[in-house]
Amino acid sequence: MATLLAPSESFSAFLDREKGKDLLRFTTAGSVDDGKSTLIGRLLYDSRSVYDDQLESVTKASAGRNAGAIDFSLLTDGLRAEREQGITIDVAYRYFATPRRKFIIADTPGHEQYTRNMVTGASTAELAIVLVDARKGVLVQSRRHSYIAGLLGIERVVIAVNKMDLVGYDETVFTAIEKDFRAILARFPHIEPYFVPVSALAGDNIVTRSANMPWFTGPSLLEHLETVPVGSRVLSAAFRFPVQRVVRPNQEFRGYAGTIVSGSVRPGDPVTILPSGRETSVASIVTFDGNQESASAGQAVTLTLSQEIDLSRGDFIVSSHQLPFKSHGVTATLVWLNEKPADLGKRYRIKHASRLDWATLRHIDFRLNINTLEQEPIHTLEMNAIGQVTLETARVLCFDRYTENRVTGSFILIDPATNATVAAGMITGAAETGALAPLAGISWHVKDGALVLTSEQGFSTKPNSNGEPLAMEDPEALEALRQMLRRLRIAPFTTTAESDFEI
Amino acid sequence: MTPRSHLQQLEAESIHIMREVVAECQRPVLLYSIGKDSSVLLRLAQKAFYPGPVPFPLLHIDTSYKFKEMIDFRDRYTAELGLNLIVHTNRAALNEGANPFVWGTQRCCGGLKTTALLDGLRNGGFDAAIGGARRDEERSRAKERVFSFRDQRGQWDPRNQRPELWNIFNTRIHPGESLRVFPLSNWTELDVWQYIHAENIPIVPLYFAKPRLMLERGDSLLPVEQPFVPHLPGEEPKLVKCRMRSLGCSPCTGAIRSDADTVPLIIEELVTMRRSERQNRVIDHDQDGSMEIKKQEGYF
Repeated sequence: MATLLAPSESFSAFLDREKGKDLLRFTTAGSVDDGKSTLIGRLLYDSRSVYDDQLESVTKASAGRNAGAIDFSLLTDGLRAEREQGITIDVAYRYFATPRRKFIIADTPGHEQYTRNMVTGASTAELAIVLVDARKGVLVQSRRHSYIAGLLGIERVVIAVNKMDLVGYDETVFTAIEKDFRAILARFPHIEPYFVPVSALAGDNIVTRSANMPWFTGPSLLEHLETVPVGSRVLSAAFRFPVQRVVRPNQEFRGYAGTIVSGSVRPGDPVTILPSGRETSVASIVTFDGNQESASAGQAVTLTLSQEIDLSRGDFIVSSHQLPFKSHGVTATLVWLNEKPADLGKRYRIKHASRLDWATLRHIDFRLNINTLEQEPIHTLEMNAIGQVTLETARVLCFDRYTENRVTGSFILIDPATNATVAAGMITGAAETGALAPLAGISWHVKDGALVLTSEQGFSTKPNSNGEPLAMEDPEALEALRQMLRRLRIAPFTTTAESDFEI
Repeated sequence: MTPRSHLQQLEAESIHIMREVVAECQRPVLLYSIGKDSSVLLRLAQKAFYPGPVPFPLLHIDTSYKFKEMIDFRDRYTAELGLNLIVHTNRAALNEGANPFVWGTQRCCGGLKTTALLDGLRNGGFDAAIGGARRDEERSRAKERVFSFRDQRGQWDPRNQRPELWNIFNTRIHPGESLRVFPLSNWTELDVWQYIHAENIPIVPLYFAKPRLMLERGDSLLPVEQPFVPHLPGEEPKLVKCRMRSLGCSPCTGAIRSDADTVPLIIEELVTMRRSERQNRVIDHDQDGSMEIKKQEGYF
């Protein structure tokens, strides 16, 4: 890793510079033979992130498969099971650093059946590298890769046209591919593309600019990765703080631990607690390293509030000036991750920020053909399928749209029987109440200190043996209502239906 | 506003992970191995739960072959921080004579580490074990999850791991199943040292170079703490200025020649180093893909 230290630099200057170095997470997408593993191996090797003994071990392994030069792709082939099959089956994380920046690569295989891996890798990335084989040009996968990058909120996409050595470093090949690819990207106006012609195998335009392609004057792939701006959008977004834990070491201290997902906060800032809607202000920002004057997106802190408020894990502390959505129903783009297909009407566990709740899959609006990007009128989702759905949650969900906030706009679904993570969701908006079949038309308001429920259909006239209304069969919803009532300290309430009941 | 540095980002993410474990798991434990990564984990735990105490015990799997300096450091430092330390040793295996020269490294690790770890976790009823493993350490770890799922026998199936998206972690398990949690997943060896430097974190003195009694064998330096380490004919221990780059059991951990006796000098050595951190760990090299096999059996 000698390149970390610039030749003219003193070591203490190096340590100082290291402290301020930022971090770029990127993902790579490509198809089976387009040289992605070679590209990553080359980035690691040329940035000297590979140690001699690791190099020896891949050279040794190469002798068994294809004797000869160093096989860069072997540097990144992780599991024995995969090496035997010669394919990569999962997301692998790689690390390297240059004097300017640290990098985390989420290396994902690009086969169609591995959409879930690409989505996983893209979920934490700020930039995506899409590889195109110069000999093959833009393929159907290119559209898929662009779509997934866009879907997961990645705004910067590098299109690396690889294997330029095999087309004689021909400029016209590159410009033709760029033109075709730009046509695809016309559908994704928020993506900022950067096109670069490379040969991962020969090292052209990977770290240094290639003498083989004097017609290309842009920065090399690594130069681009080192200079592209990162992480500014979440700082300017609205303040959002999901409470991870209530911190109560003694009678004097009551704080709320969590990570600021967006925006920033200072003591005195007015905040709203959700879902209760109570308003208060931030009293202090507590950390092990002392109280802070301000804190911003990405920081893990503990907040204290100026009033004692009943607040628990899963609640949100948000800017009172910019409130998120609040609804029992959401529409979302769902990526199905499990071998067992989506089950319409089934209740899944939903994990959204720090809240674990129940969500019923009410409707699959359409399935997206990931290659043509056409909406198909198919109301099921199998593994690797992407679709638009409507979900109804047991308790009210506070969220932003995914396009506005990657944390408060995302969730996973967990199968309650197997505990498998079955789906990843990106919220597109609040669902209209009409879509929420069992609670359809129920609304509530407070009148004369009592909670009044109104239902279009009216409630069942016969409460069940526990005195609970049949219209509210969902025990979790009922429990949520009970808790809310306890918090609001509202005693008996009435309904506009024929029967009165107590909770 | 300037973007926050990589160390601040890594620190915040690790704190987030630790808080998730404590919020969602019934009975977490921190697997304390005494090494530099464990020291970093302890600092992160202090930060995550401040102003409250660290809300979980520490479990050390003691093979009885750790360096004495490690055990001294362990007892002093955990007492100083007021932490609850549990030490578990596979006495039965030791009574049967387990050591790496008699049993071979694979069987010795299997008994004194893997079996001991699974027993230690079961004895304590722990459902989540926080460890300091990093993805950059070894190839098979590059695909490890932050929350790694283990079945009822404590075993790891690479094909049965849960997809991890964003920073949303699925901690749900059935009774008898467990999680291994790796808050340092995204840290590199260099990040760990920079953080130790920035935070002034105490570490075992074995990391710092000083003259130590070693057997010189080819390029390797072998510590002679345990009486059963066999000497080759004519081989005598000599004082060599050296340090440990990673810490394990003394018979299986080689030293490196070094003059680095401060953290900045270690970092300087690291950025010019051509050998990876685990290269001196005999057990990683007993067979191609050996770490992957050990993990499937339940090893960290």
